[in-house]
This record gives sequence, C-alpha cells and structure tokens, in this order.
Amino acid sequence: MLGLNKKDTRFLLIVVALTMATPILLQPFPEGSGLAQFNAGYPDLMQRFAIFGIFAIGFNILFGLTGYLSFGHAAFLGIGSYSVVWMYKLLDYNVIYGLPLAIVMSGIFALLIGYISLRRSGIYFSILTLAFAQMSFNLAYSVLTPITNGETGLQVYTNDPQVLLGATEPRSPHFFGIVMNNSSKVNVGDWVFTFNNGYYFCAVIAILAFYLSLRIFRSPFGLMLRAIKSNQQRLNYTGLNARPYTLAAFVISGMYAGLAGGLMASMDPLAGAERMQWTASGEVVLMTILGGVGTMMGPVLGAGVIKYMENIFSKINDQVLHGWFGWMPDGLEDFVIGISHFFVGKSWHLTSGLLFMIVVIFLPGGLVEGGQRIRAMFAKKRGDDDDDPKHQPKQAPHVAE
Amino acid sequence: MDAILLQILNGLDKGSAYAMIALGLTLIFGTLGVVNFAHGALFMIGAFCAVTMQRIFGMSFETVDPNQKDFLGNPLKVKTPYLESWFGPETGAAIIDWSVPLAILFSIPIMLIVGYVMERGLIKHFYKRPHADQILVTFGLAIVLQELVKHFFGANPIPTGAPEVFKGSFDFGVLMGFDPNVIIYPYWRMVYFFFAAIVIGAVFAFLQFTTFGMVVRAGMQDRETVGLLGINIDRRFTIMFGIAAAVAGLAGVMYAPINSPNYHMGMDFLVLSFVVVVVGGMGSLPGAVLAGFMLGILESFASMNWIKSMVPGIDQIIIYLVAIIILLTRPRGLMGRKGVMEE
Repeated sequence: MLGLNKKDTRFLLIVVALTMATPILLQPFPEGSGLAQFNAGYPDLMQRFAIFGIFAIGFNILFGLTGYLSFGHAAFLGIGSYSVVWMYKLLDYNVIYGLPLAIVMSGIFALLIGYISLRRSGIYFSILTLAFAQMSFNLAYSVLTPITNGETGLQVYTNDPQVLLGATEPRSPHFFGIVMNNSSKVNVGDWVFTFNNGYYFCAVIAILAFYLSLRIFRSPFGLMLRAIKSNQQRLNYTGLNARPYTLAAFVISGMYAGLAGGLMASMDPLAGAERMQWTASGEVVLMTILGGVGTMMGPVLGAGVIKYMENIFSKINDQVLHGWFGWMPDGLEDFVIGISHFFVGKSWHLTSGLLFMIVVIFLPGGLVEGGQRIRAMFAKKRGDDDDDPKHQPKQAPHVAE
Repeated sequence: MDAILLQILNGLDKGSAYAMIALGLTLIFGTLGVVNFAHGALFMIGAFCAVTMQRIFGMSFETVDPNQKDFLGNPLKVKTPYLESWFGPETGAAIIDWSVPLAILFSIPIMLIVGYVMERGLIKHFYKRPHADQILVTFGLAIVLQELVKHFFGANPIPTGAPEVFKGSFDFGVLMGFDPNVIIYPYWRMVYFFFAAIVIGAVFAFLQFTTFGMVVRAGMQDRETVGLLGINIDRRFTIMFGIAAAVAGLAGVMYAPINSPNYHMGMDFLVLSFVVVVVGGMGSLPGAVLAGFMLGILESFASMNWIKSMVPGIDQIIIYLVAIIILLTRPRGLMGRKGVMEE
C-alpha cells in the first residue's frame, strides 16, 4: 500500500492508530486520583509531542542516515516560526499561507548553510552549523529587530495589515475555520479525554512527515545516504560525488525543522529568538540519540520522552513529594525529598542530562536498541540461539523497529 | 589611534579567557584525541570556586552589640566574620577582600581532582568511540554539571568582587602621550591578562622544559611508540587532562570579578572556545592561544561604533564569520598540523 511493503504498511498503520488514539492513551489515570499528574493528555503537551516528533524525524534523516551531526538545526525552527507569524501579520490567521512559506524559507536557508557547511565533515561540520545557528540567533536578537522584534518576540498586533482578515474569521490561528485552540472534552466515568483540533492538525502533518521519511529510508536515495555514513571514501572511489546527496538530506531535514517551527507558531502565534539558540539544537540531538539514531521510531520516541519529562518532572513540587514520601519516618523523608530535589521541579534538566549520558554510554542505539536487547533476551530463553554472536557481524537494527 | 588602542586592550581580557580555555581543549584533544564539550563547565566550576571561597571567608556569627541601636531602639545585631575575630579586624578583612586571588590556591587541587575523576571515570571509556559519541557524552556531562551548580548556587549571577586595590582603572593614555581619561583600563583586567600570560607560559614551559612534558609531547606525536618504550603514557595523559582542567578552572576563578558567575557561563564560553580551537587549528597549542587573543581583539574591534554603523550587527557575528571563512579557506586552521583531524 502507498508504495510500501507489507511490513512497513503494518508499521505505518500502527503509528497512525497510536497517533490518533494519543489523547486516550496518554490519559491512563482517572481525574482526581493521586497519579493524575502523570497524565499527559492535555493539548499543549500532545502538540509538542507531534511537533518535536517532526523535528526529530527530520533531524534523523540527516544524522541518522548520513552521520553528519548538525548542531545548528534550531535556526530552521526559528525561521519557520518567524515565517508563519509574518503571514499572520500580513494576511490573516489561516495557517495555510504560513506553513508552506515556512518550509520554503527554511529550505532556502538550509540550502545556503548546507552548501557551505558540507564542504567539511566530522567535527568541523558540527562547528560550522553551530556557528551559523549562533549567527542567526545573535542577528535575530539584535540587528534584525525590525523583522524579528528582538527580545520581545514576534507577535501579531491589532494595527497589523492582515489584508485577508474577514469580519467573521477567528482571531487566533486556524485552518479554514478549524480553530487550533478549540478542543472538545469527553467524560468517560472518571476519565476526561481532551480532543484538541491543534493536536490533530499536527498529528496529521506528523503522520505525513513520518510517511515521507519512511519512503526516504526505503528509497535508493536513502540507501545512498547510508553508504555515505558507512564509508564515504569508498563511495568517492567508485566515482560518486557524495555532496549533492548530503546537501539534499540537509535541505530536507532543514525543511522538516522549518515545518516544526511553523507548527509551533500555528499552535501559539508567537516566535522568539530563543528558539534558535544552540541549546535548542542540542535538544533535538538529545531526542534523536535518546530514542535511537537511524531508526524510524526512535526519534519520535525520544522526542516524546524528553517532552514528557520536561512537563511532568518539572511539575513535581514539594507538596507532591511530601504526598509520596509521607509514610516514611521524618528524618528519612526529609532526606529522600532532599535527594529528589536534584531531579524534579526546576532541576529536571539534570535528570535529562543523566539519562542522556547513560544512554550514550550504555545504549548507543538508544531506547530502540534497549527494547531490542530485552526482546533478544527473551528470545534466547526460548532456546533458539544457534547463532554465534562473537563471530557474526552484528545485524543492523531494522529501521521499522 | 587612541580608539584602536582602547579596543585592543578591551579585547585582551576576553581573548585571555578564550586562549586559556582553548589551550585546555587543545591539550585534551592533542593528548587523548577526545573532543571535550564539558570544558566550558570546568571554566564555570572554576568561577564558582571563587564564589565558594568568598562565601567560606565571609561566614560570620551574630553578636548583639549593646552600644549600637537599630532604628526601633533595640540593640543591634552585628555580624562578625569568623576570620575577623580570629585574626583581628584588619587582617581578617584583608583576607576576605583577597578571597578571589586566594581562591586560586584552593581551586588548583579541586580542578586537578575534578579533571582526574572525569578522565578516569568517563572519558577513558570513550577513546575508541567515534567523535560524535565523545561530543555527545561530554555534552551530557556539561548539562549535568551545569544543573548541579544551578541547584546549589541558584540561577542568578553572583557578584564576586576583586580586591579593593584593583578596583578603579589605570590611565594608559597618559603613559603614551594621549590626553588623560581617553584610554583607561580597569586594573583587574590587566591583572587577568598578566595572569593568563603567566598560566599559558607556565603550561608551555612545563611541556617544553620538563621530562614529563617531553614524554607528553612525544606521546602526542606517536602514542604507540612511547608506550612500547615502557612508559605509562595513559597515566601521563590523565595528568595532562587534570592540568587542562586546572587551566580552565584558573581562567574561571580570575574571570569571576569581570563577569558575575552564573551557571550558564560555561556553555557561553564553550561555543566560542570551540570556534577558537578550530580557527587556531585542531591540535595546535600555539594556534589556540593565538586564535584566542586574535578573536577576542577582533570581537572588541567589531563593537566599535563606526564599524557597527558601517556593517550593522557585525559585533554579534564577527567570530563566527571569521571561523567560517578560515574553515573554508584554510581547512587546517591557522596553525594546524598536517594530518590532525583534517576530515
């Protein structure tokens, strides 16, 4: 179906089903119960899952397939956001004008930056992309204030032209009248499920993005990118010029980032320069590595885990901790809470940093590899281990896992 | 002319910091072949050593002074630092005043230990892994260290003063026949520059004139052969890592009065220091120092008003621009050795 083989079709259908059912799946605990704070089924967070999923999928096309580690992808995120907000300001709140522009603009920038950066590889490539991203960030913050509104961030004001704005049109981002912020709540017993328009809009785009990247992974082009990762020199010796391929991958992943940035502005009509800072680039690297580089599902998983932790861990405060550890003797309770302070609330970055280090050290293939190892462990217990792991090349993880 | 001189002077202190951090980065890269993204965090830890020292020296107890009254008429509570009660008010106050320079003594062992533990505990396992993995794991470590510091010291910058003697500025212009108050330069920045010069000189002298340094230099050239001669080169490289950490830490300690330490200062400097290393040439120690000062001075030149009015925004991007041009025209950097990380 859709040019995919049977296994991939099944995989895609599972992803579609999971994405569509996310508002239900992420709400496993009834409202008002002690565990309700672990629910992730509220619109803002789900939108983030989808948006950063797109960002990470795009980044994975570059890093996962070609092995070029870019530390400047946040620049495209910012460019996408600015494009969309400018379309709000000039035309109207319909996102249909902004999103294509976001993709095109970030594609143009990616072409320029990629053309220069890809002359070098390895750490030099990382530094060059980092330099470009920091340049964009610094410029957006200072000189380009007429375009980016500097520190305040770009937003829509009432005296903006908005030439297409009709009298009855919604005054917030919408897609032909479907307002992003609107959502319908469904009560099932104690559970409350929120079905948000914005989330479903992002989710549909994310599925399209995912499908596209699946096709790229399976295409001869994707195979070529993998060849670049495994041995670029040999590829050159066979008479192939690798640069057009890497440049294409860079531009594609830049466009994904631009799309993600545009969607961020579609959910919340704001664009700030801090979106372009290099910490934001680091975040997408983190997501991709955490989930599993070069796998289809890994980056999405990583994006989900990071964003979930960011939202949930940072919400845990003293009161919640006392609720959890109240049964302990007083001294012990204070001690445990003191220790927990390192990891929750404002310090959740420490948790993510540690998790990230652990993954890089012990699980270079990310969570996906972890899952495969666990499965392999169980498979072995069933007794079908006639393979000789030491004398066989390690099988590359199947990208559909 | 006077404006140019002033900008050179202004660039020196930032340039010194870049040079010291880049020197450490290059040492680590040259010896262990590891790209250390946590080096900025070491710089930050150094700066927080100064903060800690100031806090320790400032620890005080409260006494009720019956002779003084506060505005409500109650006896005033007076805080007396322990140091002042132990050594007498004058000596004690002087020690507290000098806490930043004294923190140097305290930070060297700490930074050596931090560096040693970091190398043995983490970096050691990454010699054979790809550079991307090294970047990633040290990046994670940098986040962890940064968050730990944030946890203990809070997110706000902590003002850390230089000794009273070094407050105020030196009038350079008078020395050179300009009008007074044209070229003035804060004393502490001068101190910082000379301090950096001494530290950098000491590192070079150590590598050049001691047997230990000779072995390390030989190991940088050909690690395997040195190992075959029966020298435990790994151990010496570990010590070099500690020294590189100490250099970054010292740069941080002395930088505290120039810019109040905050938890993300390491990251801010790290990005620029990497650019410096790449401009200077991966693996070249003189290149790192040269590029550090050069970029520091260029940055302050670019922030001159008439240049800014000619090319708006140039002060924000000059370093990156230079890095891009150099990387594209001289792939090895200014003084890079042949064959070191050319791809």
